[in-house]
Amino acid sequence: MDWETVIGLEVHVQLLTNSKLFSGSSTRFGAEPNTQACAVDIALPGVLPVMNRDAARMAVKFGLAVGATINRRSIFARKNYFYPDLPKGYQISQYELPVVQLGRLAIEVDGVHKEIGITRAHLEEDAGKSLHEDFRGLTGIDLNRAGTPLLEIVSEPDLRSAREAVAYLKKLHVLVRYLGICDGNMQEGSFRCDANVSVRPRGQHAFGTRAEIKNVNSFRFVEKAIDYEVGRQIELIEGGGKVVQETRQYDSVRNETRSMRSKEEAHDYRYFPDPDLLPLQLDPGFIEETATDMPELPDAKRERFTREYGLTVYDAEVLTGSRDMADYYEDAVRAVPGQPKLTANWVIGEFSGYLNRDNVEVSGAPVTSDMLAGLVQRIADSTISGKIAKEIFEAMWDGEGDADAVIDKRGLRQITDKSAIEQVIDEVLTRNPKQLEQYRAGQDKLFGFFVGQVMKATQGKANPAQVNDALRKKLDGNRT
Amino acid sequence: MALNRTDVERIAHLARLEVGEQELAAYAETLSRILGLIEQMNAIDTDGIAPMAHPLDAGLRLRADEVTERDQRERFQAIAPSAQAGLYLVPKVIE
Repeated sequence: MDWETVIGLEVHVQLLTNSKLFSGSSTRFGAEPNTQACAVDIALPGVLPVMNRDAARMAVKFGLAVGATINRRSIFARKNYFYPDLPKGYQISQYELPVVQLGRLAIEVDGVHKEIGITRAHLEEDAGKSLHEDFRGLTGIDLNRAGTPLLEIVSEPDLRSAREAVAYLKKLHVLVRYLGICDGNMQEGSFRCDANVSVRPRGQHAFGTRAEIKNVNSFRFVEKAIDYEVGRQIELIEGGGKVVQETRQYDSVRNETRSMRSKEEAHDYRYFPDPDLLPLQLDPGFIEETATDMPELPDAKRERFTREYGLTVYDAEVLTGSRDMADYYEDAVRAVPGQPKLTANWVIGEFSGYLNRDNVEVSGAPVTSDMLAGLVQRIADSTISGKIAKEIFEAMWDGEGDADAVIDKRGLRQITDKSAIEQVIDEVLTRNPKQLEQYRAGQDKLFGFFVGQVMKATQGKANPAQVNDALRKKLDGNRT
Repeated sequence: MALNRTDVERIAHLARLEVGEQELAAYAETLSRILGLIEQMNAIDTDGIAPMAHPLDAGLRLRADEVTERDQRERFQAIAPSAQAGLYLVPKVIE
């Protein structure tokens, strides 16, 4: 039978606030356990939540970016369940009236454009962490994360393959970082994904029973987990079985999903409006103010890069992959006008390569945009060749100063003096009489050998185009 | 709508309350009466009336995003039943 996959994603985005959603505790990652968990976070009796304005602002920002409805009035509700890393016995979340509703995000897979609906995005607080090891059969609880603001972004079941799901996730990941509302760090859990997966015979309108895959923490694993789960469900149904609605955990080592039976029973969350919190009311001024503070969004920037700088869609896509990268590129382009393509090649090539190699961020790169522009300038005005430029780039990265300093210090200035090049050519020809004879006898491919020898004799500093010209004249001029 | 003993047992379990065997019937009856009141309210025509989430007619006051709390772990853990290496210790939770 021909099966169709149906996927909806729930993404938890940790908002980049300094303090928690309902308390003044710090949200800094990596602190000593429980040193950032105040009386509100650990739920001592008598405390009351007071909401963080910037968390609301960030939710609005996201809503505006996906063309959603911003609810001027939204309600906080209690989601009740018992777990030791949730000291209140409930999580403050939004249920019936979330702050953001009905948005969309465009994705592209294999050149096919598709709009994915965003059902809602709501504010909620995170829980603490349970550590199950090393405590003689006891569980250790760290409440530093308890109360950290999250935006849960729920998609419509519009995704039809694991690849579409990953494309959507990547798009969302770029977007929240552009907006400056999340650092996107998946290892630290700042961007987490649950996937609701079901299958149905192609053409059937009703959805199949879905399984929810919890907390997958990389794009690659999301794709593998969904692919595995789809295969499992199809095999199950074709074997006469039935898919059970349940929560499953992905095991990346074995590449399989496993049922988490223990959570099944606890699914009745008994939501009700939190009496401690009044409705969140956003006045038009607040929303307008947030709207004026929006950065240029990735799609618009990519489109502008192709138009303004004549870049290919691929290059523009890579350069706009993060705001830092795009800004770096534009700063460099401004510093060396007229060279947008050459600059793009260097940012995408050497610069990105070194960032990856040394695992550093754009902001921490030893080669600034001005330095890169200086290098591009020297390639453009033929002071150096592209090959020598790579050596200079490495030297700049290693802290030897800007391009001009490295060129002077290492004597890398390109040889463009015609008589100097001719002199080297004469020397090379004299030194290789055998090859010269063979070339004259018709072995044309030896031309490349002579070019190589000249470049070698000048330590790569001769201008390659000039070498070609001069050599051609010298050799072919004598042949006839 | 009337609740039976099984419903009461389930609700008690969700709320992690211990309800004795002999109390089940009494709870079933009194809880059913509460539901009866809700049913009475449900019967009222509320078309055009905005749902009320809070009895006060006011909006949430928001605070600036600033860290105002300092570390008080020592004090909090002094009253915890068990703590070690900065962590609160609880009976093992099996996932």
